[in-house]
Amino acid sequence: MKKPKVAFFDFACCEGCQLQIANFGEALFDILGMIDVVEFREVMSEKWNGQLDIAFVEGSITDFHAEERIRQIRERAAILIAYGSCAAIGGVNGMKNTFDLEEIRKYVYGPEYHFFATEKTKAIPQVVKTDYVITGCPVYPPEILVVIKAALQGTSCSPPDYPVCVECKLNENVCMYDRGVACLGPVTRAGCNSWCINNGNICYGCRGMISNPNERGAREVLEKHNIPLPFVVNKMNLYNKCRE
Amino acid sequence: MNKRNVVINVEYLTRVEGHGNIVVDVKEGTLEVCRLDIIESPRFFEGMLRGRSVFEAQHITSRICGICACGHTLASIQAAEDALGVTPSEQTVKLRRLLLHMELLDSHILHIYLLVAPDLLGVKSFIPLIDTHNKVVRRALRLKQTCNEICEILAGRHVHPISATVGGFTKLPKEKDLDAMRYMLEGMRPDMEATIELISKLKFPEFERDTEYVALVSDTEEYPLLSGDVGSTDGVRMHKKDYRSVANEFVVPHSTAKHAKLSREAYAVGALARLNLNYEKLHPHAREAASLLGIRPKCINPYLNTAAQLVECVHCLEDAAMLVEDLGKSGIRQEERILVALNEQSAIPVRAGNGVGAVEVPRGILFHNYEIDEQGTIVNANCIIPTTQNLNNIEHDMEKLVPELLDRSDEEITLALEMLVRAYDPCISCSTHLTSVRIQR
Repeated sequence: MKKPKVAFFDFACCEGCQLQIANFGEALFDILGMIDVVEFREVMSEKWNGQLDIAFVEGSITDFHAEERIRQIRERAAILIAYGSCAAIGGVNGMKNTFDLEEIRKYVYGPEYHFFATEKTKAIPQVVKTDYVITGCPVYPPEILVVIKAALQGTSCSPPDYPVCVECKLNENVCMYDRGVACLGPVTRAGCNSWCINNGNICYGCRGMISNPNERGAREVLEKHNIPLPFVVNKMNLYNKCRE
Repeated sequence: MNKRNVVINVEYLTRVEGHGNIVVDVKEGTLEVCRLDIIESPRFFEGMLRGRSVFEAQHITSRICGICACGHTLASIQAAEDALGVTPSEQTVKLRRLLLHMELLDSHILHIYLLVAPDLLGVKSFIPLIDTHNKVVRRALRLKQTCNEICEILAGRHVHPISATVGGFTKLPKEKDLDAMRYMLEGMRPDMEATIELISKLKFPEFERDTEYVALVSDTEEYPLLSGDVGSTDGVRMHKKDYRSVANEFVVPHSTAKHAKLSREAYAVGALARLNLNYEKLHPHAREAASLLGIRPKCINPYLNTAAQLVECVHCLEDAAMLVEDLGKSGIRQEERILVALNEQSAIPVRAGNGVGAVEVPRGILFHNYEIDEQGTIVNANCIIPTTQNLNNIEHDMEKLVPELLDRSDEEITLALEMLVRAYDPCISCSTHLTSVRIQR
């Protein structure tokens, strides 16, 4: 079988999710044995302008130029994967949408701000048809492998639609609410194996919200612990502002 | 004088924060245009921080850069603690130093092996090296993976660390973790020696331009990475609070990253700047490596920044091993484990204030500055990243370099310029992805 041609592209992001690939260490050789990486600017100067079997796209769309570029990538790619939270749900770049664009440009760049164009942040699925989504900030390495396998075999695969709490309970962590702090686990998509809580911190909601959260249950938890709803909504906006 | 024309237009030189181009225009032997255009998509982090709690600033600003996520986290925490008036414990400082060492090692290894070595070996990326230099590529990935595993022990992961927060760490290494780190660091030594042997045999381009080098300096014996004043080879010494007078940022139309200057037209930050200012404080093994690699202060060949990074790798490895020994002897005080979140439980006393963090991250000195109100909400934020400080200096290097190379082919000039930009390690993708080189005669 001919190895599928795979490329990595990035838009507004930190490129940490691409780095997660390099962080596979020597196991990277096994992955490279299955695919033919033709473009991956984080580690390669080689360039490929032809058709792609799989395009990994990292980052959010934040200007017209980017929107044009992602449409071109979509045309070239049989399968397009939104890779990482910035691509999948807009991620931290979405916080910009809380502000007036003219005002925030002026704040960062001063009187010369007109040199620096920007548009409202959008996630990749808000601009082009997306075949697979790998969410997370950063992506969780075992999940990358699951989605790569599904994409190579042409089977369907999407991030779990149950909350982080499910995995957190299996990991026997003490609930953050019982430790006196608010956590976004109850409304956030699982699939990260409750990475942050296992390391003693709260869930910041980086993987996006589940489609049908138990709102009444969540409200009860907030009431019980005397946490105002706007406080938690503001926390959700850290990664999920683009949902609006 | 060579009266030729050269037009170089390297489009889409991309970097972690976005994209850039190299533009050079020589008319009849006279350099008319020489720019490093930065056309990245701005992300407006400083603007977005306004209205957020200072206790989540480290979580947000870590997302500025996936490669130096730990460095941003540490600079952010330092600025927040400075504003709040929090003094970290001795144990916390040791663990933070250890985390920073691992990030410097990880980032430098990536740059030396995957970005610079292909140039010196005459290939386009590490991919062809898998066949021709398999052991070398495996060694690079092995070194990187070890750094990652140690970061996992210390902070949950390297890309966007989880447990480093204002006030300390949300998890602390156990005795078995210290043993594991000791074992892993020990295991890196032979690979580090092999790296020095490999790199000392490769030939870096010869080019010199005297400039001002800026880095943290201090009066202690420690190689300053996490604390100190801001110093320069032109004799400047300022408190980190005066960071704005160091960078003197200005906006240029061809770049979405601001430019900086201090005592002269431009200054440089990074491994070479640190080595030039603090050579005597490096671990003796690191100084040995420096002499094997042929660098001594004041070294003014920017291409040797990569060699200076390798010298720092040795220092970080040795200092990390010492810190782990130290922590093993004193034992980890597990009761220092902290949970802050958004400070719902008032784990940290809050006051209004203004704080600055100055941390030496892989590519140079990084500043974070937050002004917070009495609730701990960020009112104003400012971050100055190392690459921003180096851009102006890179352009001045290019202006001196191009006229010296006019007897070479366009391809050779282009490669020399690409390698120059890469030497500063401006950000990983910038250094690797140089496409659509258009040259007109």
